Amino acid sequence: MADIYYTKEHEWISVEGDIGTVGITKHAAEQLGDIVFVETPEVGTQVEQGGESGVVESVKAASDVYAPVSGEVVEVNPVVSEDPGRVNEDPEGQGWFYKVKLSNPDELKDLMDKAAYEAFVASEA
Amino acid sequence: MAADSENLKKTPLFALHERLGARMVPFAGYAMPVQYEGIIAEHQHTRESASLFDVSHMGQASLVGPDWETVAAAMERLNPAALKELAPGRMRYGFLLNEEGGIIDDLMVTRPPHEDGRLMVVFNAARKDVDAEALRAVLPEGVELLMHEDRALLALQGPKAEAALARHCPEVADLYFMEAMPAKIAGIDVFLSRSGYTGEDGFEISVPAERAEELAELLLNEPEVKPAGLGARDTLRLEAGLCLYGNDIDETTSPVEAALTWAIGKRRREAGDFPGAARILKELAEGPARKRVGFAIQGRAPVRAGAEVLNEAGEVIGRITSGGFGPTVGGPVAMGYVAAACAEQGTPVTLRSGRREAAATVASPTFTQPGYRRRPKGK
Repeated sequence: MADIYYTKEHEWISVEGDIGTVGITKHAAEQLGDIVFVETPEVGTQVEQGGESGVVESVKAASDVYAPVSGEVVEVNPVVSEDPGRVNEDPEGQGWFYKVKLSNPDELKDLMDKAAYEAFVASEA
Repeated sequence: MAADSENLKKTPLFALHERLGARMVPFAGYAMPVQYEGIIAEHQHTRESASLFDVSHMGQASLVGPDWETVAAAMERLNPAALKELAPGRMRYGFLLNEEGGIIDDLMVTRPPHEDGRLMVVFNAARKDVDAEALRAVLPEGVELLMHEDRALLALQGPKAEAALARHCPEVADLYFMEAMPAKIAGIDVFLSRSGYTGEDGFEISVPAERAEELAELLLNEPEVKPAGLGARDTLRLEAGLCLYGNDIDETTSPVEAALTWAIGKRRREAGDFPGAARILKELAEGPARKRVGFAIQGRAPVRAGAEVLNEAGEVIGRITSGGFGPTVGGPVAMGYVAAACAEQGTPVTLRSGRREAAATVASPTFTQPGYRRRPKGK
């Protein structure tokens, strides 16, 4: 069972071993509305925790995707670039953005677990 | 989004929007529905069937005076459309101009069929106070501007709008694009026009505020009709190439720059009897310095208002004023202004927003074919 962590910018990362799968949360997808464009980083890119690692655009607005942790991008999901609506359909499953090889697993301590994230979303409303 | 904050005004349909599960946002001082089911679904439904929009935030008003000649002349003091010639039951697009020929607001003027001393007008929500002040400053004695705060405005838009509305009001089949008349729908006195802001056939229905919810529910009960919000209204009008006041036109843009010269009446051009005529006539004769155009954009990334337009030499030649995703087009759509020398369709440009660039060509701002039902010639 993978461990899932959340950021205050509404990304999730599911970690198995030293590989994390990154996407945006269901809450973020709902707030954005119909997603029409996703830009993922290229494989081989070094991302830094809190740094930009892509863009997601809905009909209404553009928003940056921040890297939950530092590391090297090892795989990107072609589905979300080709069919951005899949992010709305399954944001925390098939709508994942990219996989990253964690360079500093200690950074996971900066993130929230599911219960903390849900409380955070409730506090923002 | 603090759409329920106390100082936002509510339209007569506010309770209905909440019941329908709309996402409410602040817009021009009102709490307005931006979407119900989703912008793309509402957009597609409007293009294929019919959607009901609440546009009660817009400013409904009348100029009232002794006869049409007088009220039309009063409106012509700021509006360069030829209005005196307007036949009863017809409407015409126009704008209020400032002394520099800039657009104070764009609006629709209607001559009701059976009421000779009344000119009806709909202002943009964010401009209604400015418009009222500008008009009152030039009204002659005997002509009065009345704001109809006690009325709601519904827009029923889409190719099946007529079928849905005709079940309650068969006369709509005899009304054509840019025509208007009073009517009764299920016992409710309304004023109907065949017009809209989506590029589709459809109607705008002015109704007393206290009957608005009843009318909206009646129309939503028709099988063709679903509610749609301001999000879809924006994507629909953008694909149709229609200007949004505040984005695509404002007090600095002239009608010639905005490619709206068709709205300036022939008689008015010859007389030059409107504010800013010196600039506008010069631009008509010599061409404007910049021009509103559309952009055919490569790739899938939306290009939004504020992006710069660059020529092949990398020089900034213009700016995007409206842009986003066009659900019917299935990709990015945008309009904006470019230097007149670069306004020819097919001119290659680059659209730059921050670090991102998109290749594009200058194109017509009309991305979708209009579905207006025009009166056949000779009828």
